[in-house]
Amino acid sequence: MKARAAWVLPGVAALLVLMVIIALGAGRFGIGWVELAQLISGHAGEADASRWGNIFFQLRLPRILAAAVVGSSLAVAGASYQAMFANPLVSPNLCGVLAGSSFGAALGMVISNSWVVVQLTTFVFGLAAVGVALGIAALFRRSSDPMLILVLGGIVASALFSALLAIVKYLADPYDKLPSIVYWLMGSFALSEWSLLARTALPMIVALGILMAMAGRLNVLSLGDEPARALGLSAGRLRLVAILMATVLSSLTVVIGGEIGWIGLIIPHAARMLSGPDNRLLLPASALLGAAFLVGVDTTARTLFLSEIPVGIITALLGVVTFVAVLGRVRKGWA
Amino acid sequence: MTAPLAARHLRFDFPGRVLLRGISLELRPGRVTALLGPNGSGKSTLLRILLGLLEPAAGEVRLSGENIREMRRADVACRIAFVPQQTASAFAYTALEMVLMSWESRRPFLAQGSARDRQIAMAALDQLGAAGLADRTFSLLSGGERQLVLLARALAQETPILILDEPATGLDYGNQIRMLEMIADLARSLKKAILQTTHAPEHALASADDIILLKEGRILQRGSPEEVLTASTLASLYDLPVEKFERYLRNAGLLSAGEFTRS
Repeated sequence: MKARAAWVLPGVAALLVLMVIIALGAGRFGIGWVELAQLISGHAGEADASRWGNIFFQLRLPRILAAAVVGSSLAVAGASYQAMFANPLVSPNLCGVLAGSSFGAALGMVISNSWVVVQLTTFVFGLAAVGVALGIAALFRRSSDPMLILVLGGIVASALFSALLAIVKYLADPYDKLPSIVYWLMGSFALSEWSLLARTALPMIVALGILMAMAGRLNVLSLGDEPARALGLSAGRLRLVAILMATVLSSLTVVIGGEIGWIGLIIPHAARMLSGPDNRLLLPASALLGAAFLVGVDTTARTLFLSEIPVGIITALLGVVTFVAVLGRVRKGWA
Repeated sequence: MTAPLAARHLRFDFPGRVLLRGISLELRPGRVTALLGPNGSGKSTLLRILLGLLEPAAGEVRLSGENIREMRRADVACRIAFVPQQTASAFAYTALEMVLMSWESRRPFLAQGSARDRQIAMAALDQLGAAGLADRTFSLLSGGERQLVLLARALAQETPILILDEPATGLDYGNQIRMLEMIADLARSLKKAILQTTHAPEHALASADDIILLKEGRILQRGSPEEVLTASTLASLYDLPVEKFERYLRNAGLLSAGEFTRS
């Protein structure tokens, strides 16, 4: 870590706080920062206080929190996948995790009304998608470009689970289940509420904690399998733990906000420019930057036009540009 | 005293082909052993078996009497440090960050790097005269500088055994000599047991106390450089007529120096 380490985390944290304050005050009710200040300082009338409190704390705050949690989870999962596969081109999208999770979520919604079942199918099929991607990569282990093969494996896994998702949609009840599946998977925080966050909080915190605790190990894993084992790590077992944790994070973001792509690619690369590649600094920096970014994008999505744009669309547009920019840097070992 | 590393009757098969057979060797503290053989002679496979990265079909590797297969990876890394032939990183770690990875497996799961780790890492770089590289990006260093950083990482592991895969290959002439001298120095000053592979006889000559010739997965001959590095053994190692070999060595000035003797 260089001297830059000292200001990166406080800097990105300040950015996050700024984004949250902007997001709290922005919205369509014409209730902004002035009202927020009055409410917090206790200068609001009783009727106003209850109405404003409702908007701030029941509508905007859970939504902001959901965006922050999803943003940091996808960013940390992305940075972790990149390190554990020694491949700066992978992300929850490109591993097929989000497609697998989306299929799992849709399947869960069709077969059951229980949240536990939906969370479980989301995770299981997210994991299955990584398995497919890795399986394909293993088939062509001797290829001259394993990095590219893993990305292609992820594309195949994505295609497979997108097809399966289409089948579920086709078979789903068009008046009841289908609209909710489609709207949910488009990627939006419009339906975020406290209960949803409460249900997903524990596994996410555990997964985030474990990944951050093993950040130094991820550094070594990012050198590849044999170097990591020669340096004393049980590479296979560690990678399995890391895959499980990163997949828990990615698949639960689908439960909270649907399929929101590209964050897991954009943010780790942006954070790496600030913090350097050492995961002990990179993971927390990615978490804060991912949260700030998605809160900002979500605020834009709900205020830019009269009707709200699904946030996944904006992140996808930004992601495409980033991916092209990153491709150019990867070959130089700079990404 | 049991040897820091002893291998007995190693055999390794690849589907349809025997890669190694009947390999036994011992490393001794303070001595450099060179494993010399042409490309495809099984050097890299043997190294990976000695490091415990690959399981032999038969035979065993013992570290101070302990079977390597029954040891945890982290414990093996306390005994053997490895300098690979090439390490490419997809990420832009600094040289210091690369060296710091030497201690990762000894840290408890939750512990972060301590100031002491940093000291050890800097001392290792300093010892090789590479302290100035600490904050440079590893993947942008020259081949010779990268090799120094990887050697520093191996030193920072503070192990009794050091294994190097083709440490001088790909370096320019000056850096080859510097690297080989450094290796010989480490054996003498730190009493490390060192094994290095090479496909160049002059590398073996420059740094090794013992030489093992490996050909087609078998040990062709072993002994001191004077015993082993003769025109006739080398000719048989590389499948060349003795006359051709002698002429080449004489032209290269190697034979006249009296180092490569005629048997």
